[in-house]
Amino acid sequence: MIETPQAALRTAEVARHYQMGDATIRAVDGVSLEIAAGEFVALLGSSGSGKSTLLNLLAGLDRPSSGAIFAHGRNLSEMSGDELAKYRSLTVGMVFQSFNLLPRMTLEENVELPLRLAEVDRNVRSSRVREALERVGLSARLTHRPAELSGGEQQRASLARALVNRPTILLADEPTGNLDSRTGEEILNFIQQFNRELGMSVVMVTHEARLAERYAGRRFYLRDGKLSSNGDAQ
Amino acid sequence: MKTRDLMELASRNLREAMLRNTLTTLGIAVGVASLVAMLSLGIGLQKLLMGKLESSGLFNRVYVAPRNARNDNGGRGGRGGRGDGPLAPQPGEIKYLTTAVRQQFAALQNVTAVYPELRLTADLRYDDKGHVTAAASVPPEARGTGIFDTITGSFFSAANAAEAILQKELSQQLADEGKIQPKDLIGQMVTIRYPQRKPVPQEPGQRPEDFVANGEFGYGFTIVPTEVKVRIIGIVEGAQAGPGGFGGAPIMLPLEFVEQMHTVQGVDVREVVTSPGEQVYASLTIMLNSPNNVQAVEDKVKELGFTAFSLFDAAKSLQKVFKFIDLFLAIFGSLALAVASLGIVNTLVMAILERRHEIGVLKALGAADRDVRRLFFTEAGAMGFFGGALGVFFGWAIGRIINWGVSLYLTSQNISSEDVWFVPLWLVGFAILFSILVSLGAGLYPASRAAKLDPVKALRYE
Repeated sequence: MIETPQAALRTAEVARHYQMGDATIRAVDGVSLEIAAGEFVALLGSSGSGKSTLLNLLAGLDRPSSGAIFAHGRNLSEMSGDELAKYRSLTVGMVFQSFNLLPRMTLEENVELPLRLAEVDRNVRSSRVREALERVGLSARLTHRPAELSGGEQQRASLARALVNRPTILLADEPTGNLDSRTGEEILNFIQQFNRELGMSVVMVTHEARLAERYAGRRFYLRDGKLSSNGDAQ
Repeated sequence: MKTRDLMELASRNLREAMLRNTLTTLGIAVGVASLVAMLSLGIGLQKLLMGKLESSGLFNRVYVAPRNARNDNGGRGGRGGRGDGPLAPQPGEIKYLTTAVRQQFAALQNVTAVYPELRLTADLRYDDKGHVTAAASVPPEARGTGIFDTITGSFFSAANAAEAILQKELSQQLADEGKIQPKDLIGQMVTIRYPQRKPVPQEPGQRPEDFVANGEFGYGFTIVPTEVKVRIIGIVEGAQAGPGGFGGAPIMLPLEFVEQMHTVQGVDVREVVTSPGEQVYASLTIMLNSPNNVQAVEDKVKELGFTAFSLFDAAKSLQKVFKFIDLFLAIFGSLALAVASLGIVNTLVMAILERRHEIGVLKALGAADRDVRRLFFTEAGAMGFFGGALGVFFGWAIGRIINWGVSLYLTSQNISSEDVWFVPLWLVGFAILFSILVSLGAGLYPASRAAKLDPVKALRYE
């Protein structure tokens, strides 16, 4: 199969099943979708619909039970553990609902962590960290620990960490879930800015249809692990 | 992840659970201290005993005897064992200890001296009375061996001095006869009558092939009684002869002096019919700069086709016993380290539980399984290193205290103090390395468990 070069992500009948005793849970069940480079899409669905599982599959944190996932034409299923780690490090940036900053590290150290893992040269790390934190308006909080920051600031720091390795794809799992609506919008404005200015493809999992409609170019609805809408712009 | 980053992250992780990691490290330190203390006791005792034996000078010698193929048959090898070097004698051939062979031995590496053991039957004339007894040559090196430490009088002034040292029994006999004290013999001149070998001069018209052998002494030799005058300079109590060693005869004379006497040796009789025609020695003693080189020289001598023996062979059995004791002590010492290693497993498994979410985050940010494994390994290794270093210090300190205590006790008993505890440098390195290896071994399971954590599940874990 020839891959369209502009597709940042494409899934082909991807499924993720779990075995619980005798029962098989079909968390993601035959999902096929395509996300173009530079596109902003939202994955919507109720709790347990499989949207976070799908996002984890796209992030290379989990492997599908069947089907295939292509990122810039490369099949994630065929990648070794190390290659998948490199994919998570260099191609994908992740933002989580609960921020997932390491509490014992300062903001600077938290944002530097992906650079350490990607073995980026020490000389350029500091400037890259400052640049990323500046972009989210936190350049004055380098030495603060996450607990000293508000929820919005923590999520902004988490955004800085996600883009410090200059990935092409940003995966956001309920990025506004723990924030009030005003701060949530502020975060989404940053994500939109990255999408537009840096050309990052964005896949955002959310259950807030209002925000999805406002920010995402296309929206995919999941129900019981299956796509219930083809994601056409509405 | 690069090694420096790995170290920084590991060091941060270790600092964050400071109390727990310090306690674990202390556990390792106690284990290593126990190992070091046990081993250094074994090493110290071995060093003390071997030092005493080596200072006797008998351990840096190789005793060489001639060898003939007939002796090899039937395994009548004796203590020295037989070499089977390429130059081993053919049936019927005898490997003689000639002057050339003596020079060949002297040229070997680490050899400081090669000397023969010359023994003779002597008639000591004192106060117009004859005393037929045995005399033996003593090389200058015998002075430092401790055998002559209790000498009344002095050791030979030179290797070729016309001087004699008497054994106490003989000096007592002479003194009784002269109704004097044995020490009054010192300084007196005595005559020694002995059998001297003299070459038979070539008769006019004789050709070499008319004789069985020819060479240095030409056409055989004859034995004539000869006399020398020597001065008694010392009396020694119970000088024992080792195999080819010093003394062991009522009259002891300097080696070079005896060589110049051209005394008849036991081998000379056999030499008349079989020798290559030059002077041969009944045995040679090779002296080395260190007991450590004994084995190599002994092997070399055997390779050259001679029979060689050293007390090092006996020392080897002693060393084997010490190795066994060391092993036994090491096993006991390691038990504490084994228990401490369980502490590492426990600490790291706890760390996995505590840092499960963090491991999930690291993996989401791009850490490979390998990075997580190495991180835990580094933490285990660091605990091993610090525990090892601290343990060596504790072990050393325990040794110092015990040395001090033993010394105090021995001094109170009017015995000269001795160090029974010794921590050699290699033990320091070995103990730290062993501690790191044991810690890495203990970290195997936790590290592999941490590496295998499912990032999705780990991220959900709070």
